[in-house]
Amino acid sequence: MPHHWAMVVDTDRCTGCEACVVACHAENNIPTVGDDQASRGRAMHWIRVERSWEGEFPNARLRFQPVMCQQCEAAPCEPVCPTYASYHTADGLNAQVYNRCIGTRFCANACPYNVRFFNFFNPVWPKPLHLQLNPDVSVRSVGIMEKCTFCVQRIRASEEQAEVEKREMKDGEIKPACVQSCAPMALVFGDLDDPNSEVSRLSKSGRSVKLLGDLGTQPNVSYLQGS
Amino acid sequence: MKKSEEQIQEDLLRPLFEASPAYWIAVALAGSLVLAGVCTLLYQFYTGIGVWGLNSPVFWAFDITNFVFWIGISHAGTLISAILRLANATWRRPVTRCAEAITVFALSIGAIIPVFHIGRPWLAYYMLPYPSERGIWPNFRSPLAWDFFAINTYLIGSISFLFLPMIPDFAMVRDRAKGLRRKLYGLVSLGWQGTPRQWHRLETAMHIMAIAIIPVAVSVHTIVSWDFAMTPVPMWRSTIFGPYFVVGAIFSGIAALILAMALLRKTLHLEEYLQPLHFSNLGKLLLTFSLLWFYFTFAERLTTWYGNSEPEMAVFWSTVRGQFAPLFWTMVTFNFIIPVPILAIKRLRTIAGTVVASSCIVAGMWLERFLIIVPSLSRKYLPYAWGSYRPTWVEMTLMASGFGLMALLYLVFSKLVPMIAIWELKVGMQEAPASLVREASAVHGAGGESAVTDLSS
Repeated sequence: MPHHWAMVVDTDRCTGCEACVVACHAENNIPTVGDDQASRGRAMHWIRVERSWEGEFPNARLRFQPVMCQQCEAAPCEPVCPTYASYHTADGLNAQVYNRCIGTRFCANACPYNVRFFNFFNPVWPKPLHLQLNPDVSVRSVGIMEKCTFCVQRIRASEEQAEVEKREMKDGEIKPACVQSCAPMALVFGDLDDPNSEVSRLSKSGRSVKLLGDLGTQPNVSYLQGS
Repeated sequence: MKKSEEQIQEDLLRPLFEASPAYWIAVALAGSLVLAGVCTLLYQFYTGIGVWGLNSPVFWAFDITNFVFWIGISHAGTLISAILRLANATWRRPVTRCAEAITVFALSIGAIIPVFHIGRPWLAYYMLPYPSERGIWPNFRSPLAWDFFAINTYLIGSISFLFLPMIPDFAMVRDRAKGLRRKLYGLVSLGWQGTPRQWHRLETAMHIMAIAIIPVAVSVHTIVSWDFAMTPVPMWRSTIFGPYFVVGAIFSGIAALILAMALLRKTLHLEEYLQPLHFSNLGKLLLTFSLLWFYFTFAERLTTWYGNSEPEMAVFWSTVRGQFAPLFWTMVTFNFIIPVPILAIKRLRTIAGTVVASSCIVAGMWLERFLIIVPSLSRKYLPYAWGSYRPTWVEMTLMASGFGLMALLYLVFSKLVPMIAIWELKVGMQEAPASLVREASAVHGAGGESAVTDLSS
């Protein structure tokens, strides 16, 4: 049974707590680059929480918008990669093959969302963080690009589990780290090919918009806003 | 030219057999720049390109600026020399070889840059369509893959184009030299005897190459422009980029050629061969391209401003009156405001004048490439992810060593090959009978320039 993985982000629910950012770092072995490198604009966060103000003081309102790889259907990063390191999977994921990546950084330039990150140096984890690396996720070396995978390791594990148990996958069975850690439940992950899934229902809602939708990238992430 | 054939041969072959102390000082200077570059590169391979000033979102800056710059300079030679050859402009004769040599060297430097700019240079061979056991080929949808093939085609083409007219000159050196040198030049002159049959073949081959190299040269810089134009980045996605880049490339190429000629003229004492006329004629060509460059820049800027889309205007204003404005207006001054009067007024279009204009243009065109790349990347759609860029000493050193490598290659080349095609000069002397020159003077009006119009064909 084919799937079409997608996410919905309810910005009206997001409190900007950044638990998703921390969870993502822990799950995906994302290095913390340190103060100096971060101040040079080299911080790596596969998901970031953008903050913006709506309205004028005193009637201003704070809005948070978590931005991760939008897993575009027509992804600008994919055709520009000369080595097929950036490619599209059958289930709608925008995958990055670390072993194929030679580090041209063309994909990062082509990405309108700036959600691709480059390993400028070999990653180091200050002790004791080096003991908490996730064995299901490869650690990336110097000179290659990386980005949000929708926690593909969790997707594949759940698919295999369902196959072993000879059953269909249940809606909500897969929770990427950000979704799992989101206390106000602003993030929803699921299968768009399943018309009854929550993600299908929410992405068809009138509050749903695509980030930079007019660029024609056809993102698989939808944002809900406007309550 | 009043000189006899023997005199020409003597003058032009002398640099191959003698070297002044100044030459060795120049080699040492250029060589130390190259050495500094090599050490810097080793350091960068060891640590990663984090030693550059690149960051997220400015993933390309000095590296690709220099890449486009050198590929642009490479359009000096082959294209100009091919066009002048096909147009039978005889004044080209002393100019073509310096020009073609610039092409080969600048293109080689340009082609090396992407190899060490990538994150894992040791895997650069993934760009080759080699038969791998995994059955993976390069992605032919990627403009970088197009680049790879276009630049290699151009490199092979321009090496042949440079090499072909060198064969008779190599034979000339072979006949004068002794010992090992005689053997080596014998090898590269490919058994040249100067029979009519060989001359005919050489002429045919050069004619074919001159025609074939023009579309290749145009395609190379068009494809370089598509590295940018194929992405949805504000002020990169533009249909004008192909021709805009080709014009910019030829523009900077002619300027580099004038500078190289002025240097050769002084250092190799070629005053009687590279005359004010050559600088003046190339100056006119440069003037045309300065005007064309301004036209393209104006058209690009006006349509962006008129279209008034928010992401594009963010980049537009950052260059016109924001962070990058000083660089932008320097570029306009160097590429248009200074060169145009110098090149348009006949009294100023001297050797010194064209050299001043060319120096400005080379610097201005470098800035142009930087201003295409960095402002767009630093202001890409979501303001939360905007950034900026500042180069580090590593990038500065590598850039300087690029110029060092160019100088070194040129210096070495001038010791191995006569910088002016001797046989072509001789042909030029023989082919214009005095009666025809008189006729030409009558048609074109009496003047220094009319005498150089080719009447031999």
